[in-house]
Amino acid sequence: MKDATDSIIRGGVHQSVPHDSATLHVTGRADYTDDIVEPTGTLHAYLGLSQVAHGRIREMDLDAVRAAPGVVGVLTAADLPGRNDVSPQGRNDDPILAEGEVRFWGQPVFAVIATTRDQARRAAALARIDYDPLPHLLDPIAARDGGADYVADPLTLTRGDADAALASAPRRIDGRFTIGGQDHFYLEGQIALAIPGERDEITIHVSTQHPTEVQHMVAHALGVPAAAVVVNMRRMGGGFGGKETQMNLFACVAAVAAKRWDRAVKLRPDRDDDMTATGKRHDFVVDYSVGFDDEGRILGVTGDYYARCGFSADLSQAVTDRALFHGDNAYFYPAVRLRSHPMRTNTVSNTAFRGFGGPQGVIVAERMVEDIAYALGRDPLAVRRANLYRDGDLTPYHQTVEDMILPRLLDDLEASSDYQRRRQAVLDWNARAQAGGGPIRRGIALTPVKFGISFTATHFNQAGALVHVYADGSIHLNHGGCEMGQGLHVKVAQVVADAFQVDLGLVHVTRTATDKVPNTSATAASSGTDLNGMAALDACQQIHARLVDFACAAKGLTPDQVRFEGGCVHMGGEAMQWSRFIETAYLARVHLSAAGFYRTPKIHWNRKTGQGRPFYYFAYGAAVTEVSVDTLTGEYLIERADILHDAGRSLNPAIDIGQVEGGYIQGVGWLTSEELWWDEAGRLRTHAPSTYKIPLAGDRPRIFNVALADWSENREMTIKRSKAVGEPPLMLGISAFQAIGMAVASVADYRENPRLDAPATPERVLMAVERLRR
Amino acid sequence: MLQFLLNDDEIRLTECGASDTLLDFLRIGRRLTGTKEGCAEGDCGACTVMLGRLHDGRLVYEPVNACIRFLASCHGCHVVTVEHLRDPDGGLHAVQRAMVDHHASQCGFCTPGFVMALYGLWMTNPDADMTAIETALQGNLCRCTGYAPIVRAAQAVLAAGGQAGDRIARERDEVTARLAAMQGGRVEVARGDDRAILPADVDDLAAVLVEHPDATIVAGATDVGLWVTKFLRPISPAVFIGHLDGLKRIDVGDDIRIGAGVTYTEAVPLIESEFPEVSDYWHRIGGWQVRNMGTIGGNIANGSPIGESPPLMIALGARLVLRHGDTRREIALEDFFIAYGQQDRRPGEFVETVILPRRGNALVAAYKISKRQSADISAVAAGFRIEVAGGVITSARVAFGGMAGTPKRAAAAEAALTGAPFSAETFAAAGEAVQDDFQPLGDWRASADYRRAIARNFFRRFWLEQAGGDQPVRLARVAGD
Repeated sequence: MKDATDSIIRGGVHQSVPHDSATLHVTGRADYTDDIVEPTGTLHAYLGLSQVAHGRIREMDLDAVRAAPGVVGVLTAADLPGRNDVSPQGRNDDPILAEGEVRFWGQPVFAVIATTRDQARRAAALARIDYDPLPHLLDPIAARDGGADYVADPLTLTRGDADAALASAPRRIDGRFTIGGQDHFYLEGQIALAIPGERDEITIHVSTQHPTEVQHMVAHALGVPAAAVVVNMRRMGGGFGGKETQMNLFACVAAVAAKRWDRAVKLRPDRDDDMTATGKRHDFVVDYSVGFDDEGRILGVTGDYYARCGFSADLSQAVTDRALFHGDNAYFYPAVRLRSHPMRTNTVSNTAFRGFGGPQGVIVAERMVEDIAYALGRDPLAVRRANLYRDGDLTPYHQTVEDMILPRLLDDLEASSDYQRRRQAVLDWNARAQAGGGPIRRGIALTPVKFGISFTATHFNQAGALVHVYADGSIHLNHGGCEMGQGLHVKVAQVVADAFQVDLGLVHVTRTATDKVPNTSATAASSGTDLNGMAALDACQQIHARLVDFACAAKGLTPDQVRFEGGCVHMGGEAMQWSRFIETAYLARVHLSAAGFYRTPKIHWNRKTGQGRPFYYFAYGAAVTEVSVDTLTGEYLIERADILHDAGRSLNPAIDIGQVEGGYIQGVGWLTSEELWWDEAGRLRTHAPSTYKIPLAGDRPRIFNVALADWSENREMTIKRSKAVGEPPLMLGISAFQAIGMAVASVADYRENPRLDAPATPERVLMAVERLRR
Repeated sequence: MLQFLLNDDEIRLTECGASDTLLDFLRIGRRLTGTKEGCAEGDCGACTVMLGRLHDGRLVYEPVNACIRFLASCHGCHVVTVEHLRDPDGGLHAVQRAMVDHHASQCGFCTPGFVMALYGLWMTNPDADMTAIETALQGNLCRCTGYAPIVRAAQAVLAAGGQAGDRIARERDEVTARLAAMQGGRVEVARGDDRAILPADVDDLAAVLVEHPDATIVAGATDVGLWVTKFLRPISPAVFIGHLDGLKRIDVGDDIRIGAGVTYTEAVPLIESEFPEVSDYWHRIGGWQVRNMGTIGGNIANGSPIGESPPLMIALGARLVLRHGDTRREIALEDFFIAYGQQDRRPGEFVETVILPRRGNALVAAYKISKRQSADISAVAAGFRIEVAGGVITSARVAFGGMAGTPKRAAAAEAALTGAPFSAETFAAAGEAVQDDFQPLGDWRASADYRRAIARNFFRRFWLEQAGGDQPVRLARVAGD
């Protein structure tokens, strides 16, 4: 029991509290969508996927599918009652089931519904579909050269005269950088369970970051109003952007089948089908030019960013925009022109993935810094420092940088990681290896990140929350954000606990549901806590104000005499336990429920002019990584990483450090072992963990020092002055990539930047070593 | 009838298909949904459960992948799922408590699998160091945490100890007795025409295969499991052999005789005593769960063009004993691999024993290259066995996987080595000669050019390792905590 005199609540803001589901996780009692008890008679759907990269469907023979054991029926595009489109942009380019033409290998063509999942899956394999093949273009440069169109509108960011700056710069480097994509590899695959209701109603349980979008997509597919559709989401087994739009198709198929056969229908693809049929991080090919002076100061930059968008737009416009928004990373470009080229390819439609194009922009900026450093024979860190933004500088999109903290952050990290001494030790090691013929080389790199926080589509920067205080004092919290492991719920619950000054244990967070909080935005863009925390706070403040009014009226006090603290309400000289106080308020007929709302202030963005303030603020961080590389095989080990990250005044340091550690390793995976490989026919051949290799425990650095910059505080009025932390740490993994590059460069005495393409698989590393040695 | 223990319950099944998986039985049949499906191919570990089985009468628990573990193969075993874990006082188990305390779960979907793998480690290797922790977690993927907090939790619970009080330890005698009562005799079960046969012993296996010469032989199911979960192939009638103690013997005398049913894990003591140089290689094969299931005989008999053990075994001079009924024949392992997808195993025949010569004073090495260090099928794998006398190479056996349609000896390279001085130049020449031995293909694991470069460089690495010198030749981790 709590001591009534204890004035500090348990689980308030800025405390390291465990994830609200931690105990459920470790006991296996946390329910994911596939764990929900199925209604009696639940049917199972399975998708039939195309087996050409591009072609017209000549004939579709599904007789064997229909005749297979347990099969209840089949759905093709012709069977969809409403719109056959799940384009999140309403572009009508993203069919649920292909109609006439298939545009990538693995595109869903039909669905089969059977009594068991195994039956449905076996039946789907029996389809015979004949295609008239059409030419396919797989990568963005082939698409450009082959005359493919853009899937979405390109963007140009311009400030100053970049061409003139390049022409007059004392030095200039041109380069091309090919950057691979990345599969999300959420451990829980896509899944939807649709339960038909009366009239036009339907309920969907789905693993999604965007319940509201599922609601609208299902409504369109069924041809019913949004109000007839309820979407529930308790938790995801990982999302990372892969469930921002990609779940729509699965939810729509399950919903259509559920209404058609008036039974609950579940759809869960096998991992291979999931990876084949759902979008990933965009691959990019970037042609860049950088002009600079002999001190390494950047004078002008141009860049053309070609993205493998896949067969449809999905979110590619915003993704390629964000790549440009981060083409500067932390560096001031006096003159700049960056252009995006969202190329249509005959591959799965690429989508959101943690960082949302930002990482591809940042890594090109870091490549340019690296190029300059090698050209001048300087430590890349010195070049970085020479080009860091200063407050008052303008970004390529004409936003003024006002919260630059990287100089201090880099100072702290450089000292805490002992960067200079270790860099010298690495140089010495490599010199000895060079002299003695040793195959093991080392590398070290320190890279910063500056990441813009806000949806660049300004209207998404809104959120709602619903807070009920029950008569026993317990609190029920719903908000528009989705829990995918990031600790959003516990952080928002901490805000609520703090607002009422009660222990966190009193706050119950439940499923995200479209019938509780409407018109939500995706839980994406690192915005979950910023937006939903503020919305929840707004709801709490409304109830709080009513409670203060009640206390004043009941006790004859003024508001300044009423104070919520330590689980009690202090009214003048009297302290009353929260639960007792609430019971009293209830009996006095105080309204104990409120819907909160928030919209981010200050932001605006004009895409036509390429100018505005798309970001409310920036989050910062930096990492030092040290690696060893075997120059006989190209294999490497990440020996040590030191990270200092900016989460503002962290709402929950333990949760935020978890985001930093996990984001770093995910970024390392993107740039090292995770390789998407298509064969010439356009078939993705790395479509399961047997062939697509995300990092393991043994791949993490054994020395892994991660800290939050505890002196940082958001200069904007965010929730408790914290900063978003979901995406920015991913880009800290770039330090590992550059450290590998340094180790490779050592075989040619650092005379040139080895310019590894990403991912730096052992093969790319060895081939770079052998090229430099020739 | 199929009989086994599932947590506290005795399960008796009269109906069970050969292709029924343990995971589906747990999740769909018993609604034990703590065990998750992440990949259905034994690579992610979200389905990890502990399996207790009697090995020569002794109860051994090991983490395995429920997704590719066939239910029929659980006969006479104790299946322990995450739902079984409890402290004596009914609260969180120490492993679970450590995971919570160290913020080691985020989305939580992989977490039960990690809990079970760590439970297995904590119970079987209480003194595990950092390397042992990482090795135990090779078969578990986490996409959220970056693993650091999970490793911290592992260190904490290992430091805390307390294994003797765990319920599996306390109930060991009782469970042993209950499992012992289930052993003995041939077991046959089916679902419709999907039939599974568990022979009583090795002689019975020989008889069953004479009767069903085209049956699918299932040992660890780390390959056959995927035939079912990924390719939807029928395997009936399937003959399960993973339980046969008679195939699990390792006899070291004038030569080394390894039963075909010996798992990678069961071979570890042999490897570490006889061939310590290849211990690292051995622990890069699969993840822990796969090594607990996969067998040496199965790895040979499935005829993978890469194989993880065959290149090494060929280099070591392995011979196979193939048995049909009561007839046995012995062939060199390299002759077993005829062509891609084709092995010299006749209908009704099975691999019974792998025979290795003792190493004498031969120099031995095994190398592999893969995109990821651990639990990744090799792009190129190689085994070396070199004998040197008086500064001259008197015998050279070098075999590669991933360079051709089968695991294969490198004849030209061997010729370049044999009779030549034991020198850098000789190994450089062998690295060039091996280019004539193979015409590798390029695929998603590696390009042909990379495979060639690796094959060459392996000879250089071998020489550098033997030559000594003050420069390290291999990557070696810093000690860490």
